[in-house]
Amino acid sequence: MAIDDYQIDSGEEKTYTIFAFTENKVGLLNRITIVFTRRHINIESITVSESEVQNVYRYTIIVKTTYAQVEKLVKQIAKQVDVLRASFYPEEETIFQEIAMYKIPMSSMINGSQVEQIVRDSYARILTVDPQYIIIEKTGHIEETRELFEKLSPFGILQFVRSGRVAITKHMKDLSTYLREQEEAYL
Amino acid sequence: MNAAVAEITEKEEQAITETRMVTGAQGLLLALLEEGVDTIFGYPGGAIMPIYDALYDFKDQLNHYLVRHEQGGAHAAQGYARITGKPGVCFATSGPGATNLITGIADAQIDSTPLVCITGQVFSHLLGTDAFQETDVLGVTMPVTKWNIQVTRAEDIPDAVAKAFYIATSGRPGPVLVDITKDAQNATFEYSYKKCKRISSYYPVPKLNEKAIAEAAELINNAQKPYVLWGQGVILSHAQEDLKAFIEKAGIPAAWTIMGLAGLPTDHPLNVGMLGMHGNYGPNLLTNECDVMIAIGMRFDDRVTGDLKRYARQAKIIHIEIDPAEINKNVRVDVAVNADAKAALQALLPLINENKHEAWLQKFNECAQIEYTKVMAPEIAPTTGKVKMAEVIHQVSELSEGKAVIVTDVGQHQMTAMRYYRFKDMRRSNITSGGLGTMGFCLPAAMGAKVGAPDRQVIAVIGDGGFQMTLQELGCIFQYQIGVKVLILNNNFLGMVRQWQQLFHQKRYSFTEMVNPDFVGIAKAYGISGNKVTERDNLQEAIQTMLDHQGPYVLEVVVEKEDNVFPMVPAGDSVANIRLS
Repeated sequence: MAIDDYQIDSGEEKTYTIFAFTENKVGLLNRITIVFTRRHINIESITVSESEVQNVYRYTIIVKTTYAQVEKLVKQIAKQVDVLRASFYPEEETIFQEIAMYKIPMSSMINGSQVEQIVRDSYARILTVDPQYIIIEKTGHIEETRELFEKLSPFGILQFVRSGRVAITKHMKDLSTYLREQEEAYL
Repeated sequence: MNAAVAEITEKEEQAITETRMVTGAQGLLLALLEEGVDTIFGYPGGAIMPIYDALYDFKDQLNHYLVRHEQGGAHAAQGYARITGKPGVCFATSGPGATNLITGIADAQIDSTPLVCITGQVFSHLLGTDAFQETDVLGVTMPVTKWNIQVTRAEDIPDAVAKAFYIATSGRPGPVLVDITKDAQNATFEYSYKKCKRISSYYPVPKLNEKAIAEAAELINNAQKPYVLWGQGVILSHAQEDLKAFIEKAGIPAAWTIMGLAGLPTDHPLNVGMLGMHGNYGPNLLTNECDVMIAIGMRFDDRVTGDLKRYARQAKIIHIEIDPAEINKNVRVDVAVNADAKAALQALLPLINENKHEAWLQKFNECAQIEYTKVMAPEIAPTTGKVKMAEVIHQVSELSEGKAVIVTDVGQHQMTAMRYYRFKDMRRSNITSGGLGTMGFCLPAAMGAKVGAPDRQVIAVIGDGGFQMTLQELGCIFQYQIGVKVLILNNNFLGMVRQWQQLFHQKRYSFTEMVNPDFVGIAKAYGISGNKVTERDNLQEAIQTMLDHQGPYVLEVVVEKEDNVFPMVPAGDSVANIRLS
């Protein structure tokens, strides 16, 4: 869904996913985050990775703000010289996941198979078993990873980490098509 | 020599150029020459010494002006760029040299001025070690440049320069910065140069959207009270004649932002005046009466719009603008024409009907008459009291026949110059610090403008406060005998702040009164002629002497201490609540 497809701005704050497809240039991350800093908008999470196109990188940025504000943010990001395309979507237009890892002491496993049961019920998995600790991994939405955190807490969580959101749009148009359309609009 | 031989020789020469081994510093200067650069404003230092050393051998091709402060270098480059339309180039060393450029870069960014700033940087093996005079200039300039790059290898210099010029000048222009480490300046490499014509991730000029043009034309043709607002975009796209043709055919009153001033002669019957906080009465008041607003190459700055919630709510708005990020940024528009102003106006012209909106135009004329009687007449022709700023500008306007280039600083004198100088020359004639409002801009910018247009009369109109911020550039003006005329309007106050203190802070004049030095004495110390006027009777002759003087000249006029600039839209108020007194 392109920016122009959204017509109504209710002024309500919502969670939006911003995607930026970029060249791999030193300092570009800084240029992009400045767009948010200047407007005093907090980035909920940011993930940068390779995209499906060689040498093109994908930024996935989560913000909670109004439609009017996210539209301006995206235009400012798109304006950066090394950005190929930028767009934004409400939550319902994307499929998204996060990954969480939990390090708990091995001693927690001694009193029976309670932890193992929790892991199984939560569709998580044990990544590593060490004489002193085990590491559990779970992917899902934030509510799911938080729920597992609460369930594991009584056993003592030594470390916990959750990634930024990674997201994929529901629509079927691919990046190359967008870039071709963009080029046709300008050249 | 026949053509075939000439072609071979040319090819051979090209081949020699292509295989020439040069240092990074030499490569930089060769690249600048390829881009047509002949003028540089700069200040040397340790980290840019190889470039300055190489420059010694290029003195015949590259005119370098030794400014007295890097801020002056950036503003001079801005003045040069604004008057020539070519990118301004400035050099500075690392660390403090580079950071001194920041104000000029930020000013150029907000006013869409093409600048190419070259900074020296410490050796690449010292990067990030807090080495002597090391600053993360890339990080520091990122928020205020259109693009910047750090080069650590000599062979990357030509491409970086080519990209820099392309980005600075294409689409919506802006400042770029190329930071070059000292080892890259020293290293030798095989030089060749290829101009940048395209960057895959950068689309500077959008293709004209025919549908948007048709929609705009329909709105304009059905409008009863259409109103054009134009900004600097018209000048940047060389669309002055197109604007004139457009408003004349459709009979539309047109008003300007201070950056758009001189895009149309001041006395054109459809030029209804200046927008914004200290703009004219009619253009502000009637903003809230028009039914179709056509904004061309302007960005709805808050100084123009006042309170957005009470700004032109009744109007359908057409926005012609090259930068898509400006569309719907401040004002929601009905028809967005994301295009170069010239292309859009040329496409619109055949689609719009010939029209006259006499009753509507008459409303502007009535407002102008009210403003003239209540505000302007007493300002330009007082018979008693101290000299007023407006009468000085009025006389400069008359005596220079509206043909001078007026460069202004920021404050009351700036607004007065905008309001009372009557521009007749539609070439680039108005240079001011619009968006950033930079005190200290005027003197070096005027210097750069005069270098760029030595045959034009360049007058720096400047307040006593702003003059003292960069007056050291009198040294540069003196050294190179740059024939800029400096008109200081001295009220011994930071006048605009004092006006606000009077109107909104119960006359609590907190640190705005200035005890000033002998400005003419300072000019004389720099070897520059000058004069000081305190009496009205001497004013005309003094201005004429300044205009006739060959070479640089400083004229100080002592003006009324507590003069105010009216009309005024109080900050954050509706433009319809414009005050005449």
